[in-house]
Amino acid sequence: MEKMITCINCPIGCRMTVNVDNGQVVSITGNGCKRGIEYAAQESVAPKRMVTAVVSVTGRKTPVSVKTRTPIPKEKIFDCMAVIEKAKIEAPIRMGDVICENVCDTGVDVIATKTVL
Amino acid sequence: MEHALQPQKVDVLIVGAGPAGLAAAIAAREAGTKNLLVLEREPEMGGILKQCIHNGFGLHRFKEELTGPEYAQRDVDRVKELGIEVRCGTTVLEVTADRQVTAISRDRGVQVFQAGAVILAMGCRERPRGALAIPGTRCAGIFSAGTAQKYVNLEGYMPGRRVVILGSGDIGLIMARRMTLQGAKVLACVEIMPYSSGLNRNIVQCLHDYNIPLMLNHTVVDIQGRERLTGVTVAQVDERRQPIPGTETHFDCDTLLLSVGLIPENELSKQAGVPLSPATQGAVVDDTLQTEIPGIFACGNVLHVHDLVDFVSAESFKAGKAAAEYAAGKKTGNRIAPVADGSGVRGVVPQKIRIPDANSPAEAIQLMFRPACVYENATIRVLDGDTEIYKVKKRILAPGEMADLTLKSDTVRALSGEKITVLIDAGGEVCAWKK
Repeated sequence: MEKMITCINCPIGCRMTVNVDNGQVVSITGNGCKRGIEYAAQESVAPKRMVTAVVSVTGRKTPVSVKTRTPIPKEKIFDCMAVIEKAKIEAPIRMGDVICENVCDTGVDVIATKTVL
Repeated sequence: MEHALQPQKVDVLIVGAGPAGLAAAIAAREAGTKNLLVLEREPEMGGILKQCIHNGFGLHRFKEELTGPEYAQRDVDRVKELGIEVRCGTTVLEVTADRQVTAISRDRGVQVFQAGAVILAMGCRERPRGALAIPGTRCAGIFSAGTAQKYVNLEGYMPGRRVVILGSGDIGLIMARRMTLQGAKVLACVEIMPYSSGLNRNIVQCLHDYNIPLMLNHTVVDIQGRERLTGVTVAQVDERRQPIPGTETHFDCDTLLLSVGLIPENELSKQAGVPLSPATQGAVVDDTLQTEIPGIFACGNVLHVHDLVDFVSAESFKAGKAAAEYAAGKKTGNRIAPVADGSGVRGVVPQKIRIPDANSPAEAIQLMFRPACVYENATIRVLDGDTEIYKVKKRILAPGEMADLTLKSDTVRALSGEKITVLIDAGGEVCAWKK
C-alpha cells in the first residue's frame, strides 16, 4: 500500500511516498534528507501525537492544562479526549501530577502542565 | 493642592512579564542589577504562554518539548529564585524619553518611577477584523484566533460549533485542532496567499490529521448574520489577490476565527518618542537592543514578531544584560553602521551596529529578518558598502520562518561604518511558491 507523507522536520515539507506492506516499510521516496526517512517510517506505520487539553477544577474559574506525558497512537486521540473531558479534579494540583492514569490503555498518563494551588 | 508624586528610583525597569520580560529580568539580575522591577498588567506572569497549552516550546533552549505553561513556569521559578520584584495587576500608563515611568494598580494606585534603563517587553497583538475591510454585517461570532484560544484554554468556554478560519498563521492552525478536539466542526482554513505562513508541522498535525481543508488563494468576501454569524462566503483570488467572480463558495457557520497576523504593541514606545521601523513595526535598535532613545531597550515580540519563543528568550537575555550594563554606566562604541534591507529581505534586526573601539572587545552579532517570499537554493549576502563580508547558501527560505545569520567578532571589528545591506540573491528567480 502506498502512503503519501508530508515531512514536518523543516519548511521544505518534502512530499514522500512510502510503500507499506503488512505493516512493514518496503520503500521511501521523495525525501530530501535522512530525517525524512525516520519520520516517514514512523508516520506511515504507527503515527503518534501528543494530546493537550484542559480539565476544569471544582470551584475554580480557570481550568488546568494537561498533556499526555508522551505521544499516543493517533487513532486514540478522540478516545483520550473523551476521558480527559470526564475527569473531575480538585485543587491543589501541581505541574506533573497525574490526572488520568494509563489513558485508554496506551500506557501513557495524562499529567497537569500547570500548578493550581 | 496637588502633590507631584516623588518618583521611586529603579536601576532597570521592565514593562511586561511575558517570556521577553522574564528573560530580560533574569539576565539583568544575573548581570548584577540589584534594584530591578518588572511591571505586568495581567494578574499573573507568563504572558501569552499561559494560554498556549499545546506542546512544541523549548526545543532550542531546553532541548525538550514543553507546553506553553511549562515553558513559562521555568522562567517564573527562576525569577522567584532570584528574588526579582514583579508587580502584577499593574498597568504602565506612560514611559517618557527621560525614562520616567507611570503605572497604576488596584492595590497601590498611581506609582511613578525614575529608571536608569527601561526594557520594553509588551509583546504583540493580533490584527483585528477592522484592519481587513471584509464586507458584511457586524454580528457576534467573529474572534481573533488568540481570543478564542483564551476563551477555550483559560476560561473554559467554547466560542462556537461550526467554524471557518481566515488566515493560516500558526495560531489559526492550532485553534483549528483545538476547536475540533473540543467537539466543534472546523469547515475550512482559508488563506489568501498561495502558501501558508504556518509551520508544516502544524499544517499536518492540525489540519491534515482532522481532514480540515486548507484553501490557498482564497479569502472571505462576505459575512452574514444579524445577531450571530450565520455564514461566510469564500472566493478564490487572482495573482493580485482580488476575488475572482463566479468562484464563491458558501459556508454555514456560527464562528469565524481570524489568524491574519500580529502587530508589535508599541503604544508606550510611541509615547516615549521611540522611532519605529516600518518593516518590523517595532523599535529601531542597535545590536545591544537599545532603541534610538538612550537607555530604552526593546526585546521580544514588541520589537519584531518571532516564530519561536526560544528566540524571544535568547534576544531578551541580551537586552537584559545590555540594560544592566547601561544602568551601571558602561560606555559603548560611538561609531555606528546602519543595517538596511536589501532585495528579498524584510525587517532586519538590529537596524544599527555599534562598531567596537579599537581597545574594547568585539562580539559576534546576530542579524534576523524575514524573507520577502519563498526562495529555493538562494544565497544570503551581506555587504559592507559594496564589499561582500558574508554569504551563505540556503536550501529554502520562506516568510513564515525567520532567517538569521551571525557576523563573527572579527568581521564586526573590521566594519567600515558604511551602510550594511542584507540581501537574498535568488539567481534571477523572483519567487518559488510551494504548491
